[in-house]
Amino acid sequence: MKPEEIGIMIVDDESSVRESLAQWFRIDGYRVDMAPDGASALQKLQENPWDIILLDIKMPGMNGIELQNRIKQIDKNIVTIVITAYATVDTAIQALKEGAFDYITKPIDPDDLSRLIKNAVEQRKLVTENIQLRQHIEELLLPDEVVGESPAIKKVMEMVNTVAKTDATVMILGESGTGKELIARAIHSRSARRYCPIITLNCGAYPEGLLESELFGHEKGAFTGAMYRRKGKLEMADKGTLFLDEIGNISGKMQMDLLRVIETRKFTRLGGDKTIDVDFRVISATNKDLEKAIKDESFREDLYYRLNVFSIVLPPLRERRTDIPLIAKYFLNKYAQSMNKNVADFSPQALKMFMGYDWPGNIRELRNVVERAMVVAMGNQLQVDDLSFPFPAPSPSMPSGGESLDDVEKSQIEKILNQTKGNIAQAADILKISRLTLYNKIEKYHLKR
Amino acid sequence: MSYIYIVPIELEDHSYLEKLEGFISQTFHRRTIRKVLKIHAKDAFDPNRRQYNSSLILRQLITHPPLNAEKILGVMDVDLFIPILSFVFGEAQLKGIGAVVSTHRLQNRFYGLPENREVATERLFKEAVHELGHTFGLIHCSQPQCVMNSSTYVENIDLKPAAFCPLCQRSIKAEKSSPGNRGFFFPWWGKKT
Repeated sequence: MKPEEIGIMIVDDESSVRESLAQWFRIDGYRVDMAPDGASALQKLQENPWDIILLDIKMPGMNGIELQNRIKQIDKNIVTIVITAYATVDTAIQALKEGAFDYITKPIDPDDLSRLIKNAVEQRKLVTENIQLRQHIEELLLPDEVVGESPAIKKVMEMVNTVAKTDATVMILGESGTGKELIARAIHSRSARRYCPIITLNCGAYPEGLLESELFGHEKGAFTGAMYRRKGKLEMADKGTLFLDEIGNISGKMQMDLLRVIETRKFTRLGGDKTIDVDFRVISATNKDLEKAIKDESFREDLYYRLNVFSIVLPPLRERRTDIPLIAKYFLNKYAQSMNKNVADFSPQALKMFMGYDWPGNIRELRNVVERAMVVAMGNQLQVDDLSFPFPAPSPSMPSGGESLDDVEKSQIEKILNQTKGNIAQAADILKISRLTLYNKIEKYHLKR
Repeated sequence: MSYIYIVPIELEDHSYLEKLEGFISQTFHRRTIRKVLKIHAKDAFDPNRRQYNSSLILRQLITHPPLNAEKILGVMDVDLFIPILSFVFGEAQLKGIGAVVSTHRLQNRFYGLPENREVATERLFKEAVHELGHTFGLIHCSQPQCVMNSSTYVENIDLKPAAFCPLCQRSIKAEKSSPGNRGFFFPWWGKKT
């Protein structure tokens, strides 16, 4: 900010003080005005913006403390500096406690005044910059990437908007690939914590020992290979949000440790003895049936209720088919830009194929199919020939006359097991479910491997 | 024909005034003239502070200026102040006619150091040019190597030259002021070491 962009107002009932200060600031190029009392100052504040206001403590009528409070009500970011004679230092201290940036005791050393004003200008610049950065963050956080117009997803977004305003823990449930992390980020970006980070920890990706270190961090020498002190995700999420994905995969010990942290908001790093306070919001996600896991005693009930103050269930893509064209178009546009390809749309036949497919891998699978198709697409439309699905060509799989959802699911799993010759890992990968889930379903439907 | 007036005000030592006249004449490309005017410095004395109010001195200087005065620079050797500050080195009007400077805090003896006449004279030259620069419409310059750069203590005065930077020089040439224009008052200050 250039000096002429900074507005300084001097409020003092002594004209000699007003004049001499005004002269002093004009010589440095600031925009300056004066007021003999609080009422005039407030009037001028309504007419023009001011960055720094110097105000005398002792004035007839409204005194400096009262004037400062009124100024802060109008604009809390205005930098106020109080002017006081020696006898009123106590009042100056009171003014500081109520938000004054500093105080001047008359007469002041010129060098001190020069330094004070430079610091006040710097303070004002930082505040202005902070406001601008926050506005920029707001712009970056929107628009949403949660694409869809179906009643199901609209209901989800209503719940997101509702819970985002609170600090309640949220559990997001849904099949793999339905966008649980996206919803977690949508909640965070609408919350009061949005200016602080959202830290993600995939609990399914680490063996237990490493997961502990990832979450809590460790001190130097805590274990073999711990060459340095390392902050864990908990510390990194301080003031922000901690997103725990695949929460159903953590061990009993981790569940206990996690419960303690959530309840006490305190923890120690591995190998450390210093208690660290932390302030965070927890959002968790799982595609497991945790209520069943509680019955099986593989998941703690007390932790479940701590994590699940508010739950959001994401529908699988097959339950929101009307959104398939919108989501597919979203990915098409995204990859057209990143791959610099002039592909604008899908052919009607390709779109029909999309609509008739069940998308067991949900949005993740849809994204992969579109991305693969964009790589090979030649024209300005994605054609059926560009599409490549992991299974045999999709056929309408809507239940027909008497088939239940379970029947359809059973049929699909049988098909894939046959295709993979009983290879569980491969079949689970194709079906986009965990191996444990597949085992459960084999047992449920009495299938042969 | 108009002049820059150099007006000693109850000054004890006039010995450097001739050199000062020459320097100002050379810097501003104007004729200078030295003249004693009727200034009652005692009227500006504050017995509580034991200092002289520079604004009151300046007012006296510009109240009845000589008709051929383009600028008037008062030179004193007493300690000057303005109400809000503990002291000033001088004071001037922006785009006005008058300025006043004091040698009091430019002397090494004020800081308990051995007197150095050459240094004190150089400081006075810089001060005088700085204050007169304000009367020609210049505000403080951000260039450290310009005489219009702001200095809050005497060591900073020593670090800068007695000349204008190219930008301020151009502004001086472009600026015209009329006699009797009161303009704004600009104090020049320094730091007590």
